[in-house]
Amino acid sequence: MSSVAVTALDVSKRFRLYHEKHQSLKERVLHAGRNPYEDFWALRHVSFEVLEGQTVGILGRNGSGKSTLLKCVSGILTPTEGEVRLRGQLAALLELGAGFQPELSGRENVYMNASLLGLSTRDVDKRFDEIVAFAELEQFIDNQVKFYSSGMYVRLGFAVAVNVEPDVLVVDEVLAVGDERFQRKCLGRIKEFQRDGRTILFVTHAADLVRQICDRAVVLGTGEMLGEGPPGEAIRLFREHLRMLGEAQDVAVPDGIVAVADPLVRIAAVDVEHPGTGSRPHLLPGEPMTVSLRFEAERPVGDLVFWLSIFSPTGDLVFGVDTQVLEVPFDAPAGAGVCDFRFDSVPLLDGAYPMSIGVRSSDGSVVYDEREVRFEIVNPGRVLGSVALPVHAEVRAVTLQ
Amino acid sequence: MTDIQTGPDAGPAPHAPAAGPAAPDDDELLPLAVRQARAALRGPKAERVVAGRVHLPSRLRELWRNRELFVFLVRKEIKVKYKNSALGFLWSMLNPALTLLVYFVLFGYFLKNGIPLFVIYLFSAMLAWNLFQTAVMSGTIAIVSNSGIVKKVAFPREILPLASVGSAFMFFFFQSIVLVAFLVAFRHAPAWSELWLLVLAIAALLLFAAAVSVFLAAVNVYFRDTQHLVEVLLVAWFWGVPGVYAFSGHIHDALAKHHILWIYLIDPMTPIVMTFQRVFFNVSHAYSTQPPHALLPVMATYGTHWYVAANLIVIVVSVVLLLVAMVVFGRLEGNFAEEL
Repeated sequence: MSSVAVTALDVSKRFRLYHEKHQSLKERVLHAGRNPYEDFWALRHVSFEVLEGQTVGILGRNGSGKSTLLKCVSGILTPTEGEVRLRGQLAALLELGAGFQPELSGRENVYMNASLLGLSTRDVDKRFDEIVAFAELEQFIDNQVKFYSSGMYVRLGFAVAVNVEPDVLVVDEVLAVGDERFQRKCLGRIKEFQRDGRTILFVTHAADLVRQICDRAVVLGTGEMLGEGPPGEAIRLFREHLRMLGEAQDVAVPDGIVAVADPLVRIAAVDVEHPGTGSRPHLLPGEPMTVSLRFEAERPVGDLVFWLSIFSPTGDLVFGVDTQVLEVPFDAPAGAGVCDFRFDSVPLLDGAYPMSIGVRSSDGSVVYDEREVRFEIVNPGRVLGSVALPVHAEVRAVTLQ
Repeated sequence: MTDIQTGPDAGPAPHAPAAGPAAPDDDELLPLAVRQARAALRGPKAERVVAGRVHLPSRLRELWRNRELFVFLVRKEIKVKYKNSALGFLWSMLNPALTLLVYFVLFGYFLKNGIPLFVIYLFSAMLAWNLFQTAVMSGTIAIVSNSGIVKKVAFPREILPLASVGSAFMFFFFQSIVLVAFLVAFRHAPAWSELWLLVLAIAALLLFAAAVSVFLAAVNVYFRDTQHLVEVLLVAWFWGVPGVYAFSGHIHDALAKHHILWIYLIDPMTPIVMTFQRVFFNVSHAYSTQPPHALLPVMATYGTHWYVAANLIVIVVSVVLLLVAMVVFGRLEGNFAEEL
């Protein structure tokens, strides 16, 4: 029988937004009784359970109340209604290095911060070297924190926080800090936590992270719970919600296009095929790839244009193409159809590349449908960077005559 | 309003056994059952509830569990306060010493209150008063000035005003060194046989200051001018305790005549300050330094019993006030993070 680590029971949180905030006694007396405000429910009747050892993501766009929810869970805010039950020690990573005293040295701040997060001095003594090594600050640990760079600050904050070893870890988008190498290290540490059977609750709007590490996800939209379920399902729900709000951020809409979702042509499925599909989920650099898009047209539609854009993991456009550029005009009859984009070779290196695929009218005034898929390239070699340029090296001695 | 209840099976969970040899870093999720089994190995876990109720015993338990944090915060406050000043620690002694000098010159030479060894009479009062004043002033702003952590980290926030009282207590120690120096310089012996009264007085003082600080810290989040109001009130309050004037004689008689002596004595700071003077100054009657050098009643003529009783009453009242303050604090705490 597994026990429940976190229970949110009908949690609601109301913020009172005053048109003008009066923070002094004098002002409050002067404006007594006529200080207009609006009630804003940041959370409404949110209930969910997290089993011990589970990793649950909270998906939501900005302002959906996900941070408020985490604050209620960790006890920083008190729910207006409902309650949160917790089993075990909880540590919340809402902001790395919160509570660092700039005047004190790194060493003193480690002890102080750990103590804030609930770790005893004796435990810190045992783990101090580990913390410093993780933060890679051996040289600077006795310097005052005010002389740290922001990267050093955040690294130290994370190093302390992950060494608290709580039963329940609450993480707010803190993984988005530091350079990529450090991010990977943090993620590695979180996975280690996971393997230890610690419960993790984390907030993000990065869907692929949810898919990567979560058992389940809760989807929030403007304070209300839209649903919860396995990662794939939750992400689909989240995307649908974004699309409904017209905010599908990671879909590239060419400039000047009025994006109108028109169900005239619907994308039924997008498949990414490459050698080894089935045996491994990724491509090797330079391998061929086919992206095939199955669609259904409600009635005959003239002049359809299918597009495909590949983005880098950081969101820059790497490559964009459409059937108009490729001069493949298509008038769709009613019914199903397929559009294949065949790449003879994808010369990219390591990374998960998001792809936006869609169908629009040739003048660009109507976007019928679009999807985001992702393919991953794993680079077994030792070359660095993002593009696999074909290269050969030749070294020889030249004798001077 | 954060209510954190610690369940009956609370207790330090035995430390987790290492999770075996670290699994190869594959992206596959370990089966949930395995993770749950590992979680179960860490033993029983405390249960807590976050809800809009105040449950005093569990708040006190939480406080006790965070006592180390209290020590760190006190240490930090002291370190940070004087870290970047050239004279550093000396300031904590110099500052009251200069105030003392001003009062001493003013009342000893210009306003002439005629109290012999006035510097010791005054200093023993100031010692107690400074502890109270420093604690309350820094305690009042404790939550607001630490908004960074209050908004981002969950911990029992009462610790912040309590740490202010703690660091004021440390400064109190440094200042008592100065007082001892004065006693030696003036070759004045304290009342050795009644030195233990100080323990009662200090306990009363700390508890009372803690109650006031915790209450005001919470109020100041909602009414930011509380801190200015407190500053002014403290200045006025100081004149309500026998520091720069003698309690016995005119003041005592005048108050007694109008049957309002009790108002003067009901102020918890009065018996505390009087106890300090009783121990350090220890002169009940003295010949005035001013002509015609009449015999001057300087201190109250109450016996030891009175001091014991008065301080015990203050202790009991302060404990009650502190508990009330913590309940009020608990009710206001729930919205700290949004009010800051």
